[in-house]
Amino acid sequence: MASTPWEGELPAQLKDRFGDLITECATYLGQNFLVAKPDAVIPILEFLKLEADFDYLVDITAVDYPKRANRFDLVYILYSFARNERVRVKTMIADGVQPPTAVNVHTGANWLEREVFDMFGIQFAGHPDMRRILLPEEWEGFPLRKEMSIIQQDDRWVRENLGIESGQ
Amino acid sequence: MPDATFLDTTELVLNMGPQHPSTHGVLRVILKLDGEKVIGTECVIGYLHRGVEKIGENRTYQQFAPYVDRMDYVAAVSNGLGYCLAVEKLLNIEAPPRAQVTRVILTELNRIASHLLWLGTHALDIGAITPVFYCFREREEVLKIFENYCGARLTTHAFRIGGLQYELYDGFEEQVKAFCDMFLPKVDEYEELLTNNRIWVARLKGVGILSGDECKEFGVTGPVLRAAGVKWDLRKAQPYSGYEQYDFEIPTGENGDTYDRYMVRMQEMRQAVRIIRQAVDKIPSGPIGKTPKVIKPATGEVYVSIEAPKGELGYFVVSDNSTQPYRVRVRPPSFVNLQALDRMVRGGLVADVVAIIGTLDIVLGEVDR
Repeated sequence: MASTPWEGELPAQLKDRFGDLITECATYLGQNFLVAKPDAVIPILEFLKLEADFDYLVDITAVDYPKRANRFDLVYILYSFARNERVRVKTMIADGVQPPTAVNVHTGANWLEREVFDMFGIQFAGHPDMRRILLPEEWEGFPLRKEMSIIQQDDRWVRENLGIESGQ
Repeated sequence: MPDATFLDTTELVLNMGPQHPSTHGVLRVILKLDGEKVIGTECVIGYLHRGVEKIGENRTYQQFAPYVDRMDYVAAVSNGLGYCLAVEKLLNIEAPPRAQVTRVILTELNRIASHLLWLGTHALDIGAITPVFYCFREREEVLKIFENYCGARLTTHAFRIGGLQYELYDGFEEQVKAFCDMFLPKVDEYEELLTNNRIWVARLKGVGILSGDECKEFGVTGPVLRAAGVKWDLRKAQPYSGYEQYDFEIPTGENGDTYDRYMVRMQEMRQAVRIIRQAVDKIPSGPIGKTPKVIKPATGEVYVSIEAPKGELGYFVVSDNSTQPYRVRVRPPSFVNLQALDRMVRGGLVADVVAIIGTLDIVLGEVDR
């Protein structure tokens, strides 16, 4: 099943406001999402929060497609209490690019972005506290990147901190 | 500069956890104190990180299902339901009616078990020893139902993608009904011990206030959000598994303090019984659901969430048309709710930190995944 165009008032408003910066507004299995250029994401989140009541940032996450030039999908899931509606904002970024933080729009983005950094190595520009959150701070490597195998670990860290050869 | 006298205090940094009985698992909180007043905190988490999302990418859809039980291990049934619903959405299928009604019964029983564990340990943290024994007594009855149904008490793996794991055992309805009849007076009993208890009220009222707007700002959901007066529950807002057929209320609070959160959860247990009673009377006959051994959802991505005992539990699953998920992201309520801890404890007393960690009802298995 392929995704179908998302039609209605909100996508029309968004297209009107952001034009070419939004490359796709679609629905898949009844779930609406839009794909935007990286620079437009924060203004879109702001617009959705202030003018369309999408005041609850549910989640930020990433998906790694190593074969693509812009290897990461960055996904923001939003919900509106007033409209009882969800929308996903998606953007594609290359490795090493630092997307701007969403902390100034949604305070809750803080830990979610830290987790994305921890797992994928995506640094968020302007984040107040861009450190690892789940793994130890000196850990090397980003586990959710596809080139990382499931049993791969930071051997040096394990040796130095746990005093064992391997945690596996 | 005048000489310092013994009355001058300086800021003190105090470490709490990760091995601490009232952090409910391996949570480390670094507190910055001015006397007894908390002026800042930092949470150190990740001690229980097992890489659940990575494991998901390396197992087939069915193989991954038991792993999700090990995140919020006191509400394993809810975890399983969320995951099954997400994969079913991806496959564009629905569980048969018999499975749906049974899912509701087991999930609500699990909500009661989860809230009982919260109530017992929360009261213990505050200094009331008795409730924990009572709570575990009743929780045992729920676990017995799970054990009879699937053999496991904690990590149940009760559902499979497309339906139920097992057919119901003989006497299931009777046992569930008996539990409901037995349990409601017990909630009154807990309330008798706590609700008007002077120490309990003094330790909880006005402590750790989080307003509705602050909750939305942080993405805090579940009983914490409802205690702040926001009448929002995914079971009503976006019903799944046939929740729209049941008659129940969404309990809310007014002040968003620890006491209101206590009251909301107590009411939720009563409402859960109400739902179970309606559901158990109308378990339809029919198949319990069957999916092929190999499933390959079409390429695409979905986000599906449920109202877990702790808040919105979501699964973002990406398929690349293979037997394994390309990516599974778990949106854990405990992780997101814990982020608000700093806001809640700032300016309060160090003794209240324990009460506030308890009232957030976090499970570290879910925070760290």
